[in-house]
Amino acid sequence: MAAEEGKVDPMHQFTIEPLFGTEKLLDFDGINLAFTNSAMWMAITTVLLTVFVAGGLKRELVPGRWQMAVEFFTGFIDDMLEANVGKEGRKYVPYIFSLFMFILFANLLGLMPLGVIGVHPFTFTSHFTVTGVLAIISFAIVLVVGFWKHGFKFFSLFVPHGTPLPMVPAIALIEFFSFLIRPFSLALRLFVAMMAGHVLLKVLSSFVIDGINAGVGIAALVSIPSFALMIAISALEILVAGIQAYVFALLTSLYINDAEHLH
Amino acid sequence: MPQIAQLAETYASQIFWLLIFFGFTFFVIGRGMVPKVMDTVALRDKQIADDLAAAQAAQDGAEEQEETWRQRENENRVSAQALISEAKAKGAANSEKKIAAAQKRLDTKLAEAEVRISDAHTSAMKEVEGVAAEATQDIVQRLAGAKVTKAAASKAVKEALAHV
Repeated sequence: MAAEEGKVDPMHQFTIEPLFGTEKLLDFDGINLAFTNSAMWMAITTVLLTVFVAGGLKRELVPGRWQMAVEFFTGFIDDMLEANVGKEGRKYVPYIFSLFMFILFANLLGLMPLGVIGVHPFTFTSHFTVTGVLAIISFAIVLVVGFWKHGFKFFSLFVPHGTPLPMVPAIALIEFFSFLIRPFSLALRLFVAMMAGHVLLKVLSSFVIDGINAGVGIAALVSIPSFALMIAISALEILVAGIQAYVFALLTSLYINDAEHLH
Repeated sequence: MPQIAQLAETYASQIFWLLIFFGFTFFVIGRGMVPKVMDTVALRDKQIADDLAAAQAAQDGAEEQEETWRQRENENRVSAQALISEAKAKGAANSEKKIAAAQKRLDTKLAEAEVRISDAHTSAMKEVEGVAAEATQDIVQRLAGAKVTKAAASKAVKEALAHV
């Protein structure tokens, strides 16, 4: 047992552990809605995000630093939608902002070095159940907006302009599948990026620990380079946390643009 | 891989709590707070734009006023110049008239004086002739003992005086 504890399981960090509600309270005919560590980090994310945005609500004419930070993010999302969708894009700012900030905060919170004080961060964006739901919401918005605005003309999305007539069936089929794959690629991209980074960090940390356990020579040879690499990869992961949130929001806005304007 | 191994037991909880918390994020933050933040930004942008427009308008106004002032000044200068030249012309005409009048007066005085001089000269010459003729008669009587008429004497005197 002691020998097993020394081993680091890189996948253990993704385990969902119920905190409470496994009994009757949140158990409906086998559908268990227990409040888990994953749900807890969603709650923490939501609370911190609320505090962050509420801090920018002072509505001062000359903004303070906090207000400036919040306005930077709203302006960033606003500009992105303006650039990708145009004037009609402004009405999606609440959704894209929520999506971007929720994912960004979740990604960053998952990277917090809270392990040193005994709290284990849980990156719920590394679960495809979560990223899948977000992707399905985005995809549903695209479908609803597309059919609402264009009706059956929305299907012309599958036939790009200037397609030669004999090519139409083949192109339409390919476009149709690429369209259907969108929610999966959206969900998988975020999930895989988050999981890969965390696994990599855990694997490297196991190198560090095992190296130290194996003696001074191995520690110098393995642990120190691994630790240096961990620091670099941690920085990279912070970048990836931002980039993946951005990519999710950007692709969603691009898909919304398709729904708003067809091709 | 817990994501797959635990899928059956945890998917409902994951989806449920995600919808709760993301829903809260969307409705409270996205729909509630973000529009207010963006309103503040829009308000500030508008105020800045208004201030800039007001400043621009004020500058335009100042430039316009300066332009009108310059125009008025130019007009004033032109009218002042006209006034000066008119006064100059009037003065010149006046003095010319006065000079002409004075010249005329002088001319008449001169003419009168000349007439008077020539009169005086003539009468003086006559007197001289008369005196000369009497003297001639006297001289001829005393020297030659002959009597010369007054007419002959004055004729001879006239001839002699013509040669003077």
